[in-house]
Amino acid sequence: MSQTVNVKLNVNGAAAEIELEPRETLLDVVRERLGLTGAHAGCEQGSCGACTVLVDGELTRSCLIFAVQCEDKAITTIEHFGSPGALHPMMEAFRRHHGLQCGFCTPAMVLTAIAFLEESPHPTESEVRSALAGNLCRCTGYAGIVDAVLDVAGVAE
Amino acid sequence: MKPAPFDYVRCANVPEAIAALSGDEGAKVIAGGQSLVPLMAMRLARPTLLVDVNDVGLDGITVERDVIRIGACTRHRRLERDPVIARVAPLLQEAAGLIGYPAIRTRGTIGGSLVHADPVAELPTVLVAAGGFVVVRSGAGTRVIAAVDLFTGFLDTTLEHDEIVEDVLLPVAGTRHGSSFCEWSPREGDFATAGVALAIERDDDGRCVALGAAACGLASVPLDCSTLLAAVLGETSASGALLRQIARVMRADLAGDPDRADLVGLLAARAVHRAFARSDERSAAAA
Repeated sequence: MSQTVNVKLNVNGAAAEIELEPRETLLDVVRERLGLTGAHAGCEQGSCGACTVLVDGELTRSCLIFAVQCEDKAITTIEHFGSPGALHPMMEAFRRHHGLQCGFCTPAMVLTAIAFLEESPHPTESEVRSALAGNLCRCTGYAGIVDAVLDVAGVAE
Repeated sequence: MKPAPFDYVRCANVPEAIAALSGDEGAKVIAGGQSLVPLMAMRLARPTLLVDVNDVGLDGITVERDVIRIGACTRHRRLERDPVIARVAPLLQEAAGLIGYPAIRTRGTIGGSLVHADPVAELPTVLVAAGGFVVVRSGAGTRVIAAVDLFTGFLDTTLEHDEIVEDVLLPVAGTRHGSSFCEWSPREGDFATAGVALAIERDDDGRCVALGAAACGLASVPLDCSTLLAAVLGETSASGALLRQIARVMRADLAGDPDRADLVGLLAARAVHRAFARSDERSAAAA
């Protein structure tokens, strides 16, 4: 057992002080300590993308950063974007284009797509595919996901 | 939570980090963590102390006449987008964009990638091709290590335990510089099967007067291919005959591994072709 430390986090605009072990990843903490289960634990080694969150506005694998490293940083998870009653336009587009089935990859896929369009509002299909290459989906075959992102971008398919 | 337990210290400057490293044989530096944390999750690495260097101020980019100095904690995302890097180190810019995925590049750092020394990683290959150096510091002072003296094997370098990379030095690209990083991987963003990094300089008559090349994925360290590709020297264009010769030479050198030999021959020819094309564009823009 290593030392525990007190870490002040800012997640979706709310402050939280948590006593934790340094080995707890940001993913562990948002899920297990804060109950924000939108970030999913898939491979936990950076390959699948299901745990993606924003750290200071930048796409980050929450399984590859320790929570203790996130003090003074602004963490944004999928819970920040829309709710079951008021879907974010990207979520609505995923629903419309059948961009999900089992839903495991979906929160991170949506989050990655939102962050991508903020940087590249008018992407080509190939740029969309590149932007999502680090998020694995085992259900859809990606076509519906790509259509959804292009739809939100207002790019004709 | 998969890693074994460890202690953690976030350092404010390099001497603090060196002191923390020196005080614990099991200590390990963490910057972006995009290579180290997966190893820890698999428990292939079990550091007893993580020395966080994200806040020690190693993220500057400065051009000093013919050398560009890049702070070790500079992230791949910045290498990919910084206009200074694009102008003076275009090979590095292209290679940075090939690393992993966007969410990996926002965290991963140039110093971290170099000292992790993965044999298929892009940045060690660039360092060898460009003939770059790393500046490392320990309690005893600083020393400069040339790329070819840095990498010793799979995930292994000549760095001592208490040494920290401060800066990466690369030559500044000339007005007729051309470069290319060509790699192949089965899925976009995944580890490459093999790759070739190439940089050329040309004189006012368009003749290639200098060449640096390296390949990854062929051995436990990036291989310097400058001598193998010497046929490019003196050439004024990437003619079909030259490209065929380059592919042949690379294939012959790897005769024991026919599939990879074909792949690397193709990648090398493609790299030569693109380097000349980019050199033409750069020369035209400078004129």
